[in-house]
Amino acid sequence: MVSATEMETLNLVRADLPPPRGREWTARLKPFLGTPINAVITLACLWLIYRLVTGAWGWLVTRAVLEGGPQACKVGAGACWPFLAAKLRFMIFGFYPYDEHWRPAFAVVLFLGAMIVSMIPRFWSRRLLWLWLAVPVICGVLMYGGVFGLPVVSTTNWGGLPLSFMLSSVGLAFGFPLGVVLALARSSKLPAIQVIAIIFIEVVRGVPLVSILFMASVMLPLFMPDGLTVDKLLRAQVAIIIFAGAYIAETVRGGLQAVSKGQHEAAAALGLGYWLSMRKIILPQALKIVIPPLVNIFIGFFQDTTLVTIIGLLDFLDTVRASLRDPNWQGIAVIEGYVFAALVYALFSYGMGSYSRFLERRLKTDHDRSPAH
Amino acid sequence: MASSASSPVRLLYDVRVRAVLYQVVAVALVVGVGLYLFGNVSRKLAEQNIATGFAYLSRPAGFVISQSFISYDSGDTYARALLVGIFNTIWVSIFAVTLSTLIGLVVGIARLSRNPLLSFLALIYVEALRNVPLLLYLFLWYALIVAVFPPVREAWQPLPEVFLSNGGLIVPSLRWSSAHTGVLAAVILGIALAFVVASRLRNRRVASGQNQTGWPLILAALLGPPLLAILLLQPDFVINWPEKGRFRITGGVQVTPEFTALLVGLGLSASAGIAEIVRAGILSVGRGQWEAARAVGLHDRQTMRLVVLPQALRVIVPPLTSSYLSTFKNSSLAIAIGYPDLVMVSNTTMNQTGQAIEGIAIFMLVYLSMSITISLFMNWYNARVALVER
Repeated sequence: MVSATEMETLNLVRADLPPPRGREWTARLKPFLGTPINAVITLACLWLIYRLVTGAWGWLVTRAVLEGGPQACKVGAGACWPFLAAKLRFMIFGFYPYDEHWRPAFAVVLFLGAMIVSMIPRFWSRRLLWLWLAVPVICGVLMYGGVFGLPVVSTTNWGGLPLSFMLSSVGLAFGFPLGVVLALARSSKLPAIQVIAIIFIEVVRGVPLVSILFMASVMLPLFMPDGLTVDKLLRAQVAIIIFAGAYIAETVRGGLQAVSKGQHEAAAALGLGYWLSMRKIILPQALKIVIPPLVNIFIGFFQDTTLVTIIGLLDFLDTVRASLRDPNWQGIAVIEGYVFAALVYALFSYGMGSYSRFLERRLKTDHDRSPAH
Repeated sequence: MASSASSPVRLLYDVRVRAVLYQVVAVALVVGVGLYLFGNVSRKLAEQNIATGFAYLSRPAGFVISQSFISYDSGDTYARALLVGIFNTIWVSIFAVTLSTLIGLVVGIARLSRNPLLSFLALIYVEALRNVPLLLYLFLWYALIVAVFPPVREAWQPLPEVFLSNGGLIVPSLRWSSAHTGVLAAVILGIALAFVVASRLRNRRVASGQNQTGWPLILAALLGPPLLAILLLQPDFVINWPEKGRFRITGGVQVTPEFTALLVGLGLSASAGIAEIVRAGILSVGRGQWEAARAVGLHDRQTMRLVVLPQALRVIVPPLTSSYLSTFKNSSLAIAIGYPDLVMVSNTTMNQTGQAIEGIAIFMLVYLSMSITISLFMNWYNARVALVER
């Protein structure tokens, strides 16, 4: 005897005929209850989903402490909302002077706005380059002050979400050209240049980011000439740029390898030299291929900027942790703080991830229009 | 031709001359910057009276390490302390890689399930882990362990002589001797021997086409060396029972909360990536392969084992390598929750001796050499499973 599922997999059932009338609802239930094992899996999943949803709802809403102070939260069994309300601004802005919070807030809005604009394919043009030259400068001036009557806020007071955004986006902005140069050097035919690039890339990729941050924070001051001290924030930023450069280099190299040999030969046949053929023919194609993986790398850097807490910078994760250690709230809202931070990171990462998938689909359809297929 | 090549300006436009020139400039630049920085460092070190060299490695360390897999006390040398750190890093990495591979395999297959509820849950699992920084999870798991489990004085005893508290899990242990190490080596030898015998038997079966019963031979290869070692070395079985004192529990073997948090954090975060790798690998095997396997009469498990998996592995192994490598490197986040791995021990060493350059050089070299070892091994494995083009 052959069972129904086997008949279907063996194509004994005619898939091109419409299913018998009146059986639609059984067909719909089939993925859930098709076989006994499947039915058990469905029940287990339903139970798990029920427990997750009711658990989260109970903790966040029904059992939650909605008002009061630390004492109320200590007694209550649910989420502690007053903690978030009391500590929200510190978590976002860190030790930046309270009255000047509008400056980092404005900088973040400006930055996110520029990012959203450059994510929309309709605005893709050379003018974006100017936008990205202007935005970091404006954000930096806003944060540091000293002109237009804005009081100076030293970088030791920078912190929270603006710092996390800054470290990751400046890391990408400088890491990208570094990565392209390294990728070109590594795929160059000149042995000495190739070896230098390979050593740099493999050493940076072979050690953890923590060790590069340590190097920047402990060793870099020793390497500097006398009298030159480099700001702690800048040192961490340099470490992230170096790290980003090595990883981007490998991604870009993948893109360079994906450009077919015919393109190189065609460029040479037109009489273009190395730099001209790279700039006009090879790089535009290679970089287009690597845009989606670059977005994924950016998500990784945004998450990796959390490591700067280890060398004592106040990024967003660290301001959240500092709030948890606040004497008034100590040991009361630990889970709440981490869940809030996790949601902020997840929101941003998920958004960027979805954008990367959208880009991948869009670039893929462009490719498939080639006449060969 | 000859006359124009000799002109110095024309020479500059020669591609070969330019190639040499570019390389000389690049090397000179790197060497120059290196020498300049080295000069700065040696002058500053001399000014600040910081000792250089690795002589400090043989001095006593004088600090305690909360968890070590080899014997260590604070009177041992810095070199020994660093070795403890290296072993701690390797151990937690091995456990985390195993955990992440197992979970990743299950979740990756669940993502492809025809049951929409199951694949939805697997998707939620992957997204929840991928979109939140690992460091945040490490802090969260550590906080949860400390919050959920009772203090040491009120330790739970789920089994007699097993203590569970926010100080960690404590279980009875065997008093270890060199005889035990010998037996352990024999067990590993037995497993390796069993694999060799099994592959020999399989090759013979493929060559001769005759199906012989081979399992007694494999069993003998598996159990022979350990039994022989037990008979020869005669290890004694003395159990080290944990004892509950007023403030702490002594004896037994302890799994610290730091180790557990790091293991769970590394393992779960990597498992999300591995799930996606496994899913992509299985999807890369075309439908036709499944249908062809059914057509020649293989059932589902055989299809998976003999047809789909060997082809999927080609796609899976390279990204799996980078996942293992990053798990290994991410174990350096241990310093944030206080698990004494290589970075944390080096950091303590640097703070005590002030010799930052040597300390950082040591741990970077260790990470680099281990990264290279792992990728060489995985490249060898990849070459084995890769498609042999004819």
